[in-house]
Amino acid sequence: MIPAAPSFLITGGRLVDPSQNLDRVARLLVIDGQVEAIDPADGEIPSNIEHIDASGKIVAPGLVDLGVELREPGFEEDETIASGSDAALAGGFTSILACSSTSPCIDSHGAVEFVRQKAVQADGVRVHVIGCLSKNRDAQQMAELGLLHEAGAVAYSDSPRPMPNDALLKRALEYAQMFDLPIINRPNVMTLSEGGIMHDGQVALVLGLKGLPTEAEDLAVARDVRIAEATNGRLHIGPVSTMGAVDLISRVKERGINITASVCPHNLCLDDTHLRSFDARFKVHPPLRSPRHIETLRNAVADGTIDAIQSGHMPRAREKKMDDLFESPFGLASLETTLSTVATFMLGINGFDWLAIIDRLSTAPARIAGIAGGTLAVGSPADITIIDPDDKWTVDGHQFKSHCISTPLDNIELTSRVTHTFVGGRLRFSLRPELSHLA
Amino acid sequence: MAETDQAELTFPSTWTRRHLLDLESLSAEEITTILQVAQQLKDMTGGCRNKLTLLSGKTCANLFFENSTRTRNSFSLAAKRLGADTVEFSASGSSVTKGETFVDTAKTIEAMGVDWVVTRHSVPGTPHLLARELGCSVINAGDGPHDHPTQGLLDILTLLQHRGSVAGLTVALVGDIAHSRTARANIWGLSKLGAHVIVCGPPTLVSPRWRELGFEVAHSLDEILPRCDVLNLLRIQFERQSARPFPSVHEYAALYAMNAARMRRAKDNILIMAPGPINRGVEITPEVADGPHSVILEQVTNGIAVRMAALWLTAGAQASSEPFSSTNANCASHSPV
Repeated sequence: MIPAAPSFLITGGRLVDPSQNLDRVARLLVIDGQVEAIDPADGEIPSNIEHIDASGKIVAPGLVDLGVELREPGFEEDETIASGSDAALAGGFTSILACSSTSPCIDSHGAVEFVRQKAVQADGVRVHVIGCLSKNRDAQQMAELGLLHEAGAVAYSDSPRPMPNDALLKRALEYAQMFDLPIINRPNVMTLSEGGIMHDGQVALVLGLKGLPTEAEDLAVARDVRIAEATNGRLHIGPVSTMGAVDLISRVKERGINITASVCPHNLCLDDTHLRSFDARFKVHPPLRSPRHIETLRNAVADGTIDAIQSGHMPRAREKKMDDLFESPFGLASLETTLSTVATFMLGINGFDWLAIIDRLSTAPARIAGIAGGTLAVGSPADITIIDPDDKWTVDGHQFKSHCISTPLDNIELTSRVTHTFVGGRLRFSLRPELSHLA
Repeated sequence: MAETDQAELTFPSTWTRRHLLDLESLSAEEITTILQVAQQLKDMTGGCRNKLTLLSGKTCANLFFENSTRTRNSFSLAAKRLGADTVEFSASGSSVTKGETFVDTAKTIEAMGVDWVVTRHSVPGTPHLLARELGCSVINAGDGPHDHPTQGLLDILTLLQHRGSVAGLTVALVGDIAHSRTARANIWGLSKLGAHVIVCGPPTLVSPRWRELGFEVAHSLDEILPRCDVLNLLRIQFERQSARPFPSVHEYAALYAMNAARMRRAKDNILIMAPGPINRGVEITPEVADGPHSVILEQVTNGIAVRMAALWLTAGAQASSEPFSSTNANCASHSPV
């Protein structure tokens, strides 16, 4: 039974909260869906309150995703808001930003409202809406950014389409400052990458597959950061996948330009040789690149050059991913593997620890999006993710809650797993029924 | 046509593959094996003219999703020369035009009781996809710009017949390397057998990355010509190019066409090869295509022998336990041969 007013005490868990630089075993008191106290005195704890034993587990602020394709309306065979919400909860996310790549796209007040209402019905993860950057996502005319903001949009983007119109991007970065919302842009010069299937490298050469050249991304990043500098607008670049992009981002940050960037977890661990199987599971965007790009990305995530990690969840129906590499669309299900992938492949790199993981997956994306979350500070909503850092599991796309079962991580063993996800103090996901104290 | 008596043909222990998907994944020993069998079959059939009964009762389906003249007929004749039946399929006029995926089409054909699917498709990797999905043998008859193993093998067989060995020869592949499956098949096959391979053409068609893989890259045919024992002149694949990679056909021909003037600067015993169809006046002029150094029509005949060998060997391996003969999905990195 789910309590009407969720109140409980989590005991024995390792609280990891970058927003307070907190990493120690502590008790967390939640009253009426809000964090009431950390390590409360015994007298502060109401009698008869439920105790949740989190010994051996990590207790963290709920994860926040800067860009998820939910595909509803228009492509419900790929994902619905409800199925995407379930998948997000299973991955430990408590807030996600829904991309505008629906049909109709989210370029109107009504479209924002539709997603918000569907999310309310799904009653799961907090769904925030990314409004379109351009009307019809056709890069011709700026969308009604003010009205989208009034309707509740928290960011603007045509992602996964990049914004090819330089002038429109500049105007939008200027105009959006009225609403203090970020513009999220996927860096990609389409005239250079058109028709590409995979990373443009030695493997693509051997396989005879058209490549997605790194310069298509590098050039776009260079343009975007220059326009951001000129306008002083709020720009988030992502996801990125190349050494060149990292180098540019690093240099402009050193100059004090206010941009942020993100990367996808699969781009931190899988390389382009996987396409030698010609398996469409590995056809993702940005593409799986060569090992030297991966190493650079890992270091950039570790040292903070790259601010956030986003799932890159681009669900596509099973039948769409069964075709040959030309016909099969880019896409994958990644919400349910993101945390584990990052923990498995990133822990220990240049001192990258659990505080850093939670920062890149929760605190930083919440800050970039300007939404509540990413913290367990007293008074904040009790959006909480509990993680078993020692749980080893093997990825099987067929077990996903997402409609999409296609994942490049299939059959790969990962370490650490989300066991519980609370949204506003309500238990919305539990890995194993016997552990769901509040279910 | 007379039926030839069944001669003794011992199945080689060095062959275990149920599919023939590319030359990159074959060892030098496997390539040698298939070439030896091809030569034997050519000899046994009087130059691929007479019939054997080695594969009687079996059926070969030719699933061609791209246009083809010589490869399709060559596979069809090869199957018939070995006593097998053939099923011919073309994408136009099939259920593919009704929206059926090519995998489902192939499964449907397989369900009719075929022993091989010989497939040609514009998308790299489609034979590998079929090899995972089908129970019968799959032979790649060309997958986009990726590979064309029997073309590579027939080129090498022709070379062997003239020179006895590949090791130590300098072979230049000239033309549209970027979009050529023949180029890739030759690159792997020739290099595994010890040839020095040069890929030659304009930088827009010949990636410098071939150097990283251990091959010589050249942009001037005139510079490398005196060193070459063999020239394989590849067609410009206009149909696979999204943008013209050179200013004009006229300019390309001026820089790369093998013509009488260039022949005078070549080695006396140079071999001129072309996978066909040839564009006379573009990559090769008529006097060279039809001249004494040209072995283009021998390549066509050897194609039947190689395809007979491919069918016979993969049939013999069908009972083996080889799960999937493609490259390993989890390989760490590509190693130059």
